[in-house]
Amino acid sequence: MDEAKRLVELIPRLRRYARALVGDRSSADDLVQDTLERAWAKLHLYRRGTDLRAWLFTVMHNVHVNRVRAARSSDPLEDEMPELAQNGTQSDALLVRDLDRAIARLPADQRAVLLLVTLEDLSYDEVARTLGIPIGTVMSRLSRAREKLRAMMLGQSPTARLKLVK
Amino acid sequence: MSELPVTEADLQAYADGRLPEERRAAVEAWLAARPEEAERVAAYRRLAQEVRGAYETMLSEPVPARLAQAASRRRPWRRAAAAAGWLALGIAIGAPAGWQLRPERTVTQAAPDNMLIARRAAIAHATYSPEVRHPVEVGADDEQHLVAWLSKRLGVKVRAPKLDEAGMSLVGGRLLPGENGPVAQFMYQSQNGRRLTLYVRTEASRNRETAFRYARENNVGVFYWIDREIGYALASADLSKDELLRLANLVYKNLEP
Repeated sequence: MDEAKRLVELIPRLRRYARALVGDRSSADDLVQDTLERAWAKLHLYRRGTDLRAWLFTVMHNVHVNRVRAARSSDPLEDEMPELAQNGTQSDALLVRDLDRAIARLPADQRAVLLLVTLEDLSYDEVARTLGIPIGTVMSRLSRAREKLRAMMLGQSPTARLKLVK
Repeated sequence: MSELPVTEADLQAYADGRLPEERRAAVEAWLAARPEEAERVAAYRRLAQEVRGAYETMLSEPVPARLAQAASRRRPWRRAAAAAGWLALGIAIGAPAGWQLRPERTVTQAAPDNMLIARRAAIAHATYSPEVRHPVEVGADDEQHLVAWLSKRLGVKVRAPKLDEAGMSLVGGRLLPGENGPVAQFMYQSQNGRRLTLYVRTEASRNRETAFRYARENNVGVFYWIDREIGYALASADLSKDELLRLANLVYKNLEP
Protein backbone atom coordinates (compact mmCIF):
# COMPACT_ATOMS: atom_id res chain seq x y z
CA MET A 1 0.00 0.00 0.00
CA ASP A 2 1.47 3.39 -0.88
CA GLU A 3 0.24 4.92 2.37
CA ALA A 4 3.06 3.08 4.13
CA LYS A 5 5.60 4.77 1.92
CA ARG A 6 3.96 8.16 2.34
CA LEU A 7 3.88 7.70 6.10
CA VAL A 8 7.61 7.05 6.17
CA GLU A 9 8.25 10.08 3.99
CA LEU A 10 6.22 12.31 6.25
CA ILE A 11 8.03 11.33 9.46
CA PRO A 12 10.47 14.29 9.35
CA ARG A 13 7.55 16.71 9.00
CA LEU A 14 5.71 15.08 11.87
CA ARG A 15 8.83 15.13 14.02
CA ARG A 16 9.49 18.78 13.36
CA TYR A 17 5.97 19.81 14.27
CA ALA A 18 5.88 17.54 17.33
CA ARG A 19 9.23 18.85 18.50
CA ALA A 20 8.03 22.45 18.34
CA LEU A 21 4.71 21.52 19.91
CA VAL A 22 5.87 19.55 22.95
CA GLY A 23 9.27 21.13 23.52
CA ASP A 24 11.56 18.14 23.89
CA ARG A 25 12.89 15.57 21.57
CA SER A 26 11.96 12.32 23.22
CA SER A 27 8.38 13.29 24.08
CA ALA A 28 8.08 14.52 20.52
CA ASP A 29 9.19 11.17 19.14
CA ASP A 30 6.80 9.40 21.52
CA LEU A 31 4.03 11.57 20.15
CA VAL A 32 5.03 10.80 16.57
CA GLN A 33 5.15 7.09 17.31
CA ASP A 34 1.71 7.10 18.93
CA THR A 35 0.44 9.11 15.98
CA LEU A 36 1.78 6.61 13.45
CA GLU A 37 0.28 3.70 15.32
CA ARG A 38 -3.04 5.45 15.65
CA ALA A 39 -2.88 6.31 11.95
CA TRP A 40 -2.52 2.63 11.06
CA ALA A 41 -5.42 1.73 13.28
CA LYS A 42 -7.59 4.47 11.78
CA LEU A 43 -6.43 4.28 8.20
CA HIS A 44 -9.85 3.15 7.05
CA LEU A 45 -11.11 6.60 8.06
CA TYR A 46 -8.65 8.33 5.77
CA ARG A 47 -10.20 9.28 2.43
CA ARG A 48 -7.84 8.47 -0.40
CA GLY A 49 -6.97 11.35 -2.63
CA THR A 50 -7.19 13.87 0.21
CA ASP A 51 -4.10 15.35 1.82
CA LEU A 52 -2.55 12.61 3.95
CA ARG A 53 -0.33 15.12 5.72
CA ALA A 54 -3.26 17.25 6.91
CA TRP A 55 -5.04 14.08 8.02
CA LEU A 56 -1.96 13.00 10.01
CA PHE A 57 -1.83 16.34 11.78
CA THR A 58 -5.44 15.78 12.77
CA VAL A 59 -4.55 12.35 14.16
CA MET A 60 -1.56 13.84 15.95
CA HIS A 61 -3.67 16.60 17.41
CA ASN A 62 -6.13 14.07 18.85
CA VAL A 63 -3.36 11.91 20.25
CA HIS A 64 -1.70 14.97 21.75
CA VAL A 65 -4.88 16.24 23.37
CA ASN A 66 -5.44 12.84 24.96
CA ARG A 67 -1.89 12.69 26.23
CA VAL A 68 -2.06 16.18 27.68
CA ARG A 69 -5.36 15.38 29.34
CA ALA A 70 -3.84 12.24 30.86
CA ALA A 71 -0.83 14.18 32.15
CA ARG A 72 -2.67 17.28 33.26
CA SER A 73 -2.14 16.66 36.94
CA SER A 74 1.54 17.30 36.46
CA ASP A 75 2.01 20.21 34.12
CA PRO A 76 4.96 22.20 35.35
CA LEU A 77 5.95 23.55 31.94
CA GLU A 78 5.88 27.19 32.93
CA ASP A 79 8.42 27.11 35.71
CA GLU A 80 10.66 24.26 34.79
CA MET A 81 12.02 25.49 31.53
CA PRO A 82 15.80 25.40 31.77
CA GLU A 83 17.40 28.79 32.20
CA LEU A 84 19.29 30.11 29.25
CA ALA A 85 23.00 30.60 29.40
CA GLN A 86 23.37 34.37 29.58
CA ASN A 87 26.79 34.64 28.10
CA GLY A 88 26.04 37.72 26.06
CA THR A 89 26.77 36.27 22.64
CA GLN A 90 23.71 36.72 20.50
CA SER A 91 24.39 33.76 18.25
CA ASP A 92 21.88 31.95 16.09
CA ALA A 93 21.85 29.09 18.56
CA LEU A 94 20.79 31.45 21.30
CA LEU A 95 18.04 32.89 19.17
CA VAL A 96 16.79 29.39 18.43
CA ARG A 97 16.72 28.57 22.13
CA ASP A 98 14.96 31.80 22.99
CA LEU A 99 12.40 31.20 20.32
CA ASP A 100 11.86 27.58 21.30
CA ARG A 101 11.38 28.65 24.89
CA ALA A 102 8.98 31.43 23.97
CA ILE A 103 6.91 29.05 21.84
CA ALA A 104 6.75 26.60 24.72
CA ARG A 105 5.29 29.36 26.85
CA LEU A 106 2.40 30.07 24.54
CA PRO A 107 -0.95 28.65 25.59
CA ALA A 108 -1.24 25.19 23.98
CA ASP A 109 -4.15 25.97 21.67
CA GLN A 110 -2.49 29.12 20.34
CA ARG A 111 0.78 27.31 19.91
CA ALA A 112 -0.80 24.63 17.72
CA VAL A 113 -2.38 27.23 15.43
CA LEU A 114 0.82 29.24 15.12
CA LEU A 115 2.91 26.18 14.29
CA LEU A 116 0.47 24.72 11.78
CA VAL A 117 0.37 28.04 9.97
CA THR A 118 4.00 29.13 10.07
CA LEU A 119 5.86 25.85 10.29
CA GLU A 120 3.60 23.57 8.29
CA ASP A 121 2.12 26.17 5.98
CA LEU A 122 -1.37 24.70 6.31
CA SER A 123 -4.13 26.95 4.98
CA TYR A 124 -6.39 28.57 7.57
CA ASP A 125 -9.16 26.22 6.43
CA GLU A 126 -6.98 23.18 6.93
CA VAL A 127 -5.95 24.39 10.38
CA ALA A 128 -9.62 24.83 11.30
CA ARG A 129 -10.40 21.28 10.17
CA THR A 130 -7.29 19.80 11.78
CA LEU A 131 -8.05 21.30 15.16
CA GLY A 132 -11.83 21.08 14.86
CA ILE A 133 -12.39 24.80 15.48
CA PRO A 134 -14.10 27.57 13.47
CA ILE A 135 -11.91 29.60 11.16
CA GLY A 136 -12.62 32.75 13.16
CA THR A 137 -11.07 31.04 16.17
CA VAL A 138 -8.05 30.10 14.06
CA MET A 139 -7.55 33.75 13.15
CA SER A 140 -7.94 35.09 16.67
CA ARG A 141 -5.60 32.44 18.16
CA LEU A 142 -3.06 33.15 15.46
CA SER A 143 -3.22 36.85 16.20
CA ARG A 144 -2.84 36.37 19.94
CA ALA A 145 -0.05 33.82 19.58
CA ARG A 146 1.94 36.13 17.35
CA GLU A 147 1.51 39.11 19.57
CA LYS A 148 2.63 37.15 22.64
CA LEU A 149 5.58 35.72 20.81
CA ARG A 150 6.59 39.17 19.58
CA ALA A 151 6.38 40.59 23.08
CA MET A 152 8.44 37.74 24.55
CA MET A 153 11.09 38.02 21.88
CA LEU A 154 11.26 41.78 22.34
CA GLY A 155 11.85 41.19 26.03
CA GLN A 156 14.79 39.01 25.10
CA SER A 157 16.37 41.34 22.60
CA PRO A 158 20.01 42.27 23.26
CA THR A 159 19.13 45.82 24.31
CA ALA A 160 16.58 44.58 26.82
CA ARG A 161 19.22 42.27 28.28
CA LEU A 162 21.72 45.05 28.65
CA LYS A 163 19.17 47.12 30.49
CA LEU A 164 18.55 44.23 32.88
CA VAL A 165 22.23 43.74 33.57
CA LYS A 166 22.80 47.35 34.44
CA MET B 1 -13.54 53.52 -4.34
CA SER B 2 -15.16 52.14 -1.23
CA GLU B 3 -12.83 49.69 0.54
CA LEU B 4 -13.73 47.23 3.26
CA PRO B 5 -12.12 48.18 6.57
CA VAL B 6 -8.82 46.40 7.22
CA THR B 7 -9.30 43.74 9.88
CA GLU B 8 -6.86 41.98 12.16
CA ALA B 9 -7.44 38.81 10.09
CA ASP B 10 -6.36 40.74 7.01
CA LEU B 11 -3.13 41.70 8.73
CA GLN B 12 -2.44 38.09 9.71
CA ALA B 13 -3.09 36.89 6.19
CA TYR B 14 -0.91 39.69 4.87
CA ALA B 15 1.91 38.66 7.18
CA ASP B 16 1.56 35.11 5.88
CA GLY B 17 1.53 36.28 2.28
CA ARG B 18 -1.90 34.77 1.80
CA LEU B 19 -3.93 37.83 1.05
CA PRO B 20 -5.60 37.82 -2.37
CA GLU B 21 -4.05 40.20 -4.86
CA GLU B 22 -7.00 42.59 -4.95
CA ARG B 23 -6.93 43.04 -1.18
CA ARG B 24 -3.21 43.39 -0.80
CA ALA B 25 -2.98 46.94 -2.20
CA ALA B 26 -5.63 48.14 0.22
CA VAL B 27 -3.80 46.67 3.20
CA GLU B 28 -0.49 48.09 2.05
CA ALA B 29 -1.99 51.54 1.71
CA TRP B 30 -3.53 51.19 5.16
CA LEU B 31 -0.18 50.14 6.65
CA ALA B 32 1.70 52.93 4.91
CA ALA B 33 -0.27 55.42 6.94
CA ARG B 34 0.36 53.53 10.22
CA PRO B 35 4.07 52.93 10.85
CA GLU B 36 3.52 51.17 14.17
CA GLU B 37 1.15 48.65 12.67
CA ALA B 38 3.51 48.22 9.76
CA GLU B 39 6.34 47.46 12.16
CA ARG B 40 4.17 44.93 14.00
CA VAL B 41 3.31 43.09 10.79
CA ALA B 42 6.94 43.15 9.70
CA ALA B 43 7.87 41.62 13.05
CA TYR B 44 5.33 38.82 12.47
CA ARG B 45 6.97 38.09 9.14
CA ARG B 46 10.42 37.98 10.67
CA LEU B 47 9.19 35.72 13.46
CA ALA B 48 7.59 33.30 11.01
CA GLN B 49 10.88 33.05 9.20
CA GLU B 50 12.78 32.55 12.44
CA VAL B 51 10.35 29.87 13.59
CA ARG B 52 10.90 27.96 10.35
CA GLY B 53 14.63 28.38 10.71
CA ALA B 54 14.64 27.24 14.32
CA TYR B 55 13.29 23.77 13.55
CA GLU B 56 14.72 23.31 10.10
CA THR B 57 17.36 20.83 11.21
CA MET B 58 14.62 18.41 12.26
CA LEU B 59 13.85 17.82 8.59
CA SER B 60 17.30 16.56 7.71
CA GLU B 61 17.86 14.44 10.79
CA PRO B 62 17.90 10.69 10.29
CA VAL B 63 14.60 9.09 11.25
CA PRO B 64 14.87 6.98 14.43
CA ALA B 65 14.40 3.27 13.77
CA ARG B 66 11.41 2.97 16.06
CA LEU B 67 9.51 5.58 14.07
CA ALA B 68 10.35 4.01 10.73
CA GLN B 69 9.05 0.75 12.15
CA ALA B 70 5.88 2.33 13.44
CA ALA B 71 5.25 3.88 10.02
CA SER B 72 5.70 0.67 8.08
CA ARG B 73 4.37 -1.84 10.56
CA ARG B 74 1.17 -3.30 9.29
CA ARG B 75 -0.43 -4.92 12.28
CA PRO B 76 1.24 -4.81 15.66
CA TRP B 77 -2.09 -5.62 17.28
CA ARG B 78 -2.07 -9.16 15.96
CA ARG B 79 1.02 -9.79 18.01
CA ALA B 80 -0.44 -7.93 20.94
CA ALA B 81 -3.46 -10.22 20.82
CA ALA B 82 -1.18 -13.23 20.83
CA ALA B 83 0.60 -11.78 23.83
CA ALA B 84 -2.66 -11.44 25.69
CA GLY B 85 -3.02 -15.19 25.45
CA TRP B 86 0.39 -15.51 27.02
CA LEU B 87 -0.50 -13.35 29.92
CA ALA B 88 -2.51 -16.14 31.48
CA LEU B 89 0.42 -18.48 31.01
CA GLY B 90 2.77 -15.96 32.51
CA ILE B 91 0.90 -16.30 35.75
CA ALA B 92 1.74 -19.98 35.70
CA ILE B 93 5.47 -19.38 35.37
CA GLY B 94 5.96 -19.84 39.07
CA ALA B 95 4.07 -23.11 39.01
CA PRO B 96 6.01 -25.49 36.79
CA ALA B 97 3.06 -27.84 36.41
CA GLY B 98 1.14 -25.11 34.69
CA TRP B 99 3.75 -24.64 32.03
CA GLN B 100 4.53 -27.68 29.99
CA LEU B 101 6.58 -27.38 26.88
CA ARG B 102 6.21 -30.37 24.66
CA PRO B 103 9.21 -31.30 22.58
CA GLU B 104 7.91 -32.21 19.17
CA ARG B 105 10.37 -34.98 18.60
CA THR B 106 10.60 -36.74 21.89
CA VAL B 107 14.21 -36.45 22.82
CA THR B 108 14.88 -39.13 25.35
CA GLN B 109 17.15 -38.03 28.11
CA ALA B 110 16.67 -34.42 27.21
CA ALA B 111 18.18 -32.79 30.21
CA PRO B 112 15.60 -30.70 32.08
CA ASP B 113 18.15 -27.94 31.96
CA ASN B 114 17.95 -27.90 28.19
CA MET B 115 14.21 -27.70 28.26
CA LEU B 116 14.49 -24.76 30.55
CA ILE B 117 16.28 -22.64 27.96
CA ALA B 118 13.45 -23.20 25.47
CA ARG B 119 10.90 -22.34 28.09
CA ARG B 120 12.69 -19.19 29.20
CA ALA B 121 13.27 -18.10 25.61
CA ALA B 122 9.58 -18.59 24.81
CA ILE B 123 8.53 -16.51 27.82
CA ALA B 124 11.02 -13.78 26.99
CA HIS B 125 9.85 -13.76 23.39
CA ALA B 126 6.21 -13.51 24.39
CA THR B 127 7.04 -10.72 26.80
CA TYR B 128 9.09 -8.44 24.60
CA SER B 129 8.16 -9.10 20.98
CA PRO B 130 4.77 -7.33 21.22
CA GLU B 131 6.49 -4.23 22.63
CA VAL B 132 5.95 -1.31 20.33
CA ARG B 133 7.83 1.41 22.10
CA HIS B 134 10.51 -0.44 24.00
CA PRO B 135 11.19 -3.73 22.24
CA VAL B 136 14.89 -3.48 23.10
CA GLU B 137 17.15 -1.69 25.53
CA VAL B 138 19.87 -0.87 23.04
CA GLY B 139 19.02 -0.39 19.39
CA ALA B 140 20.79 -1.83 16.38
CA ASP B 141 22.07 1.62 15.45
CA ASP B 142 24.48 1.18 18.32
CA GLU B 143 25.32 -2.45 17.64
CA GLN B 144 28.96 -2.22 18.68
CA HIS B 145 28.02 -0.96 22.09
CA LEU B 146 25.21 -3.49 22.38
CA VAL B 147 27.48 -6.44 21.67
CA ALA B 148 30.28 -5.14 23.87
CA TRP B 149 27.89 -4.54 26.74
CA LEU B 150 26.20 -7.94 26.54
CA SER B 151 29.55 -9.71 26.16
CA LYS B 152 30.81 -8.00 29.26
CA ARG B 153 27.76 -8.89 31.30
CA LEU B 154 27.62 -12.51 30.16
CA GLY B 155 31.36 -12.95 30.50
CA VAL B 156 31.71 -14.51 27.04
CA LYS B 157 32.03 -13.03 23.63
CA VAL B 158 28.55 -12.85 22.15
CA ARG B 159 27.67 -11.66 18.70
CA ALA B 160 24.47 -10.63 16.98
CA PRO B 161 24.29 -12.87 13.90
CA LYS B 162 23.56 -11.20 10.57
CA LEU B 163 20.24 -12.45 9.25
CA ASP B 164 19.62 -9.86 6.56
CA GLU B 165 19.86 -12.44 3.78
CA ALA B 166 16.77 -14.07 5.31
CA GLY B 167 15.00 -10.72 5.45
CA MET B 168 15.49 -10.26 9.19
CA SER B 169 17.21 -7.13 10.41
CA LEU B 170 18.47 -6.53 13.91
CA VAL B 171 16.25 -4.32 16.07
CA GLY B 172 18.58 -4.44 19.06
CA GLY B 173 18.95 -6.34 22.29
CA ARG B 174 18.42 -6.45 26.00
CA LEU B 175 19.77 -8.04 29.13
CA LEU B 176 17.59 -10.49 31.07
CA PRO B 177 17.98 -12.32 34.36
CA GLY B 178 18.64 -16.07 34.10
CA GLU B 179 19.16 -18.98 36.44
CA ASN B 180 22.95 -18.84 36.15
CA GLY B 181 23.44 -15.16 35.58
CA PRO B 182 22.57 -12.60 32.95
CA VAL B 183 21.11 -13.63 29.62
CA ALA B 184 21.13 -11.73 26.34
CA GLN B 185 18.20 -11.36 23.98
CA PHE B 186 18.60 -10.09 20.43
CA MET B 187 15.52 -9.09 18.53
CA TYR B 188 15.08 -9.17 14.77
CA GLN B 189 12.30 -8.00 12.57
CA SER B 190 11.26 -8.50 8.98
CA GLN B 191 10.00 -5.71 6.73
CA ASN B 192 6.42 -6.65 7.39
CA GLY B 193 6.87 -6.65 11.14
CA ARG B 194 7.40 -10.35 11.93
CA ARG B 195 9.69 -10.75 14.87
CA LEU B 196 12.30 -13.22 15.95
CA THR B 197 14.34 -13.33 19.14
CA LEU B 198 17.62 -15.06 19.89
CA TYR B 199 18.11 -15.94 23.54
CA VAL B 200 21.75 -16.40 24.52
CA ARG B 201 23.02 -17.71 27.84
CA THR B 202 26.20 -19.18 29.20
CA GLU B 203 26.24 -22.87 30.02
CA ALA B 204 27.46 -24.24 33.30
CA SER B 205 29.07 -27.33 31.81
CA ARG B 206 31.31 -26.58 28.90
CA ASN B 207 32.34 -28.56 25.86
CA ARG B 208 28.90 -29.87 25.19
CA GLU B 209 27.25 -29.68 21.86
CA THR B 210 23.73 -30.65 21.00
CA ALA B 211 21.71 -30.86 17.82
CA PHE B 212 18.84 -28.51 17.14
CA ARG B 213 15.77 -29.32 19.11
CA TYR B 214 12.34 -27.93 18.63
CA ALA B 215 9.67 -27.10 21.16
CA ARG B 216 6.43 -25.26 20.83
CA GLU B 217 3.88 -23.83 23.17
CA ASN B 218 0.98 -21.62 22.24
CA ASN B 219 2.18 -19.59 19.30
CA VAL B 220 5.85 -19.54 20.05
CA GLY B 221 8.11 -22.02 18.30
CA VAL B 222 11.64 -22.45 19.64
CA PHE B 223 14.74 -24.09 18.18
CA TYR B 224 17.42 -24.51 20.80
CA TRP B 225 20.91 -25.88 20.94
CA ILE B 226 24.13 -25.69 22.88
CA ASP B 227 27.45 -24.87 21.32
CA ARG B 228 30.32 -25.27 23.74
CA GLU B 229 29.91 -22.72 26.51
CA ILE B 230 26.86 -20.97 25.08
CA GLY B 231 23.25 -22.04 24.87
CA TYR B 232 21.03 -20.57 22.18
CA ALA B 233 17.29 -20.53 21.69
CA LEU B 234 15.69 -18.98 18.63
CA ALA B 235 12.05 -18.11 19.16
CA SER B 236 9.24 -16.66 17.09
CA ALA B 237 5.48 -16.52 17.14
CA ASP B 238 5.32 -15.20 13.59
CA LEU B 239 7.27 -17.82 11.64
CA SER B 240 6.53 -21.37 10.56
CA LYS B 241 8.64 -24.20 11.86
CA ASP B 242 10.43 -24.52 8.51
CA GLU B 243 11.21 -20.83 8.38
CA LEU B 244 12.46 -20.95 11.94
CA LEU B 245 14.68 -23.94 11.18
CA ARG B 246 16.16 -22.16 8.19
CA LEU B 247 16.95 -19.20 10.41
CA ALA B 248 18.38 -21.42 13.13
CA ASN B 249 20.77 -22.87 10.55
CA LEU B 250 21.70 -19.41 9.44
CA VAL B 251 22.34 -18.31 13.02
CA TYR B 252 24.45 -21.39 13.66
CA LYS B 253 26.51 -20.84 10.52
CA ASN B 254 26.86 -17.17 11.27
CA LEU B 255 28.19 -17.78 14.75
CA GLU B 256 30.80 -20.34 13.75
CA PRO B 257 34.15 -19.00 14.77
